[in-house]
Amino acid sequence: MNWFTKTFSSTIGRKIVMSITGLFLCSFLVVHLLGNLTLFRNDGGEAFNLYSHFMAHNGIIRTMEIVLLLGFLFHIYDAIVLNRRNSSARPINYAENHPEQNTGTWASRNMGLLGTVILVFLIIHLWNFFVPARFGGLDPVVIEDVEYENLYVRVVQSFQVWWYVLIYVLGMIALAYHLIHGFQSAFQSLGLTHKKYTPFIQIFGFAFSVLVCLGFAIIPIYFFFSQQ
Amino acid sequence: MAGNNPNAKLMNLTLKVWRQRNMNTPGQLVTYPVKNISPDMSFLEMLDVVNEELLIKGEDPIAFDHDCREGICGMCSLFINGRAHGPERGTTTCQLHMRSFKDNDTITIEPWRAAAFPVYKDLIVDRSAFDRIQQAGGYVSVNTGGVPDANEIPIPKTIADKAFDAATCIGCGACVAACKNASAMLFVSAKVSQLAMLPQGKVERKTRVENMVAQMDIEGFGACSNTGACAAECPVGISLENIAIMNREYISAKATSENVA
Repeated sequence: MNWFTKTFSSTIGRKIVMSITGLFLCSFLVVHLLGNLTLFRNDGGEAFNLYSHFMAHNGIIRTMEIVLLLGFLFHIYDAIVLNRRNSSARPINYAENHPEQNTGTWASRNMGLLGTVILVFLIIHLWNFFVPARFGGLDPVVIEDVEYENLYVRVVQSFQVWWYVLIYVLGMIALAYHLIHGFQSAFQSLGLTHKKYTPFIQIFGFAFSVLVCLGFAIIPIYFFFSQQ
Repeated sequence: MAGNNPNAKLMNLTLKVWRQRNMNTPGQLVTYPVKNISPDMSFLEMLDVVNEELLIKGEDPIAFDHDCREGICGMCSLFINGRAHGPERGTTTCQLHMRSFKDNDTITIEPWRAAAFPVYKDLIVDRSAFDRIQQAGGYVSVNTGGVPDANEIPIPKTIADKAFDAATCIGCGACVAACKNASAMLFVSAKVSQLAMLPQGKVERKTRVENMVAQMDIEGFGACSNTGACAAECPVGISLENIAIMNREYISAKATSENVA
């Protein structure tokens, strides 16, 4: 192994990869949420369908899609490697252990569990929206004499199902807890702590986690109740 | 052996103690009823009383680590009722007193649990992994020559204080014991940042953090999840900030050192 692979396979190196990919994925959440806001325009899905068409065909977006996929893969791969290392670091568990008495948050002790829930959610989400939008399988819709794929109808139909809405809400709750710990923890792992800025990062991270996940969760709830 | 306070009500307790003959035999929790314990006794004095009774009965006494019994050597350990060094914050086990428990309590006593800290016997674990990490880089080289004046090298008060706070680490291993990942980050970071902050430590700054982190990984400690359990259980209050400082040191050392191996 040379110095580069050694660095990124060390415990600290892997945490650095976790932090950078995690913060990158946070930036993706912002873009995704902003795009989703087009769903709330009362135009029968025109703006949303144009937006999704742009996302599926623009060259820069398609390139970033690969970078995003790599971000997910590195984040998940390092999480698995670190989790395995961490559990083998304590082969015999305590008969009596009370971590809740000395650690701040439940989320900080259960990032792997939360991450797994998010991954399951992500697979369901991609299967229902991303795969048909990207590889075909959606109904056509004509906007100003041009034919587009009608992803909007898929959104409307999906969120008529109550358990589907429930999956989304649970997925976003898991994501919120994951981010509440993860956002500020990423800065600590990268060594970016300072008396002046760390309190701001912690407050911002909390607000970011709650608001972004709330923003996503409102969409299925909105469509479920507006169609009743 | 009894305490100084004649009015203190003596306590009866049930101990569940990890007994293990040696490194190669599996151990188990053994229950001991304990009577007439003064609340003024330290936790280790309570164990001394138990051991005296075990010796009288001809049984093997409970092996546990201890040395100064003043809270400064870092020798005593013990995972008590699910907490490193017991329920009180900022205390070693020798400074934990029986008044922290109630009459008829059941107290579970286990050794530090970590792959890097194998159990020697009963409650004693081998913490020499910490020594090997220290030997990998936790020192400064002092060349021979005339003794320089103490005030020759100016060090800002804030830096001197931070370095001193990190230097108070007694190497007890409570951070490893409390961490859900059995990570040694708090210990290693205290040793790294203490020296990295001071001018005397700048000479080996890069190789120190590279070698100490490499040794930490070789010993089989886990990674950091930033739960904060280590700092909460640290008897001398080493701050989590040290881990951020170590990571900073590590990133910059790896990026700029001439070491390509």
